[in-house]
Amino acid sequence: MNYEFNWMIVLTGEYRDWIIQGFIITLKISGISILLSLLIGTFITTLRMTRIRIFEWITISYIEFFRNTPLLIQLFFWYFGSYYIFPEKINQWLYSYDYEFAVGVVSLTIYTSAFIAEEIRAGIMSIPKEQMEASRATGLSFIQAMSYVVLPQAFRIVIPTLISQFLNLTKNSSLAMTIGVMELTYMTRQIESYSFRGFEAFTVATLLYISLSLIISLTINIYNKKFLRMIKY
Amino acid sequence: MHWEVVWNNMGYFLLGRFPDGPVGGLALSILLAVGGIFFAFWVGILFGLMRLSKRWYVRIPSIVYIEIIRGTPLLLLIFWFYFLSPILFHRPVPEARSTLLAFTVFTGAYCAEIVRAGIQSIPRGQMEAARSSGLNYTQAMTYIILPQALRNMIPSFVNQFVSLTKDTSLAYIIGVQELTRAATQVNNRTLNAPAEIFLAIAVIYFIICFGLTQTSRYLEKKLSYKTSGMIHRKETDLLNEDLSVPS
Repeated sequence: MNYEFNWMIVLTGEYRDWIIQGFIITLKISGISILLSLLIGTFITTLRMTRIRIFEWITISYIEFFRNTPLLIQLFFWYFGSYYIFPEKINQWLYSYDYEFAVGVVSLTIYTSAFIAEEIRAGIMSIPKEQMEASRATGLSFIQAMSYVVLPQAFRIVIPTLISQFLNLTKNSSLAMTIGVMELTYMTRQIESYSFRGFEAFTVATLLYISLSLIISLTINIYNKKFLRMIKY
Repeated sequence: MHWEVVWNNMGYFLLGRFPDGPVGGLALSILLAVGGIFFAFWVGILFGLMRLSKRWYVRIPSIVYIEIIRGTPLLLLIFWFYFLSPILFHRPVPEARSTLLAFTVFTGAYCAEIVRAGIQSIPRGQMEAARSSGLNYTQAMTYIILPQALRNMIPSFVNQFVSLTKDTSLAYIIGVQELTRAATQVNNRTLNAPAEIFLAIAVIYFIICFGLTQTSRYLEKKLSYKTSGMIHRKETDLLNEDLSVPS
């Protein structure tokens, strides 16, 4: 291997700033998307649990469609197609903001919410049916029973899988570079094309992603050890 | 709406320029996915077994490999192999081949975890019984544990194949002529029907992936129903008949 490493070039000056900026945008886009997809995922699961036929059909097709198509195609669909789908007013409003970032958040949210919905459903299914029946019998409505009795218990169980979804989301956010969101992978690619120092830049980016993933899996382990064993059924 | 753009280019989406040129489009996506899962299967078995080893110098490399790959985005891995393979092989490597390498290494780590979970799901008594009936570790693994474990793993492998099929779209980024690349090319050429084109491509991916997901669900149900009986029958078979295993 005849390649001379020059680490200083990516650890100092402009290129270091690029990497830091990229990493911050990666964290930002995944942070916003995970919050939104948690909300949407919970909403979808609740709709599905109502056992009303038409809601069931809509939510199942939403989940299956977005789980079984590549994220890249979804990104391109929203990025190139939004102009033809949405009315003029919404487009103008979108273009006045950071359009690429918004499309990235929308695609990542829709994609991840489909996965999260399935996981929350698995969590709810693991709560004994009597919990729901008992709370309905004491006079709570379906929504009250869901939000005060079933969901709080289900969330405690699904938190580890939700955290690993966050990890997946962080890794998936690298795809946003294809539509021009300047996140970590985009920046390393840019450093590569400016300086031909690809391996150094890729190493630094890989290390950043891996340390993020290690921190997240450590959190899951601690959570599992400390909290999960307290829940008994 | 301009759905005719989609219909006029359907041949290009499905096969690329195949009869006159290289294979592309959906056919290449499927080739990449099938090739990737085939090689990743063997990588997964190797590293899954290493992961379960008692010797630390065998186990640690496997853990490091699995953790590093699972913590890295596939996109970054594709770039790694795109820039690394000319240096590794001392000659230019076609994009499709370097992505196939990336897919193998990436999916191999996930397959290793599937193999580990599958082997751990087999009751310990199976291994102990096999060892005490005179088989050595390798024989017990190949003739007793792996055949049962692999049967349980089939649904997980199908799921892995589904996500690999979706992930082949990332080969677009370094210019492999697969389905996503074909779609963006047609989009850049026509410019007036992006929503239609990408929706159609999404439906093509959906048909394949959803079909496979349903297959895996069906297999999961069928196998979990059968396995309990199967293990029982195997045990009695072993008791009744002579072991026809070379020793």
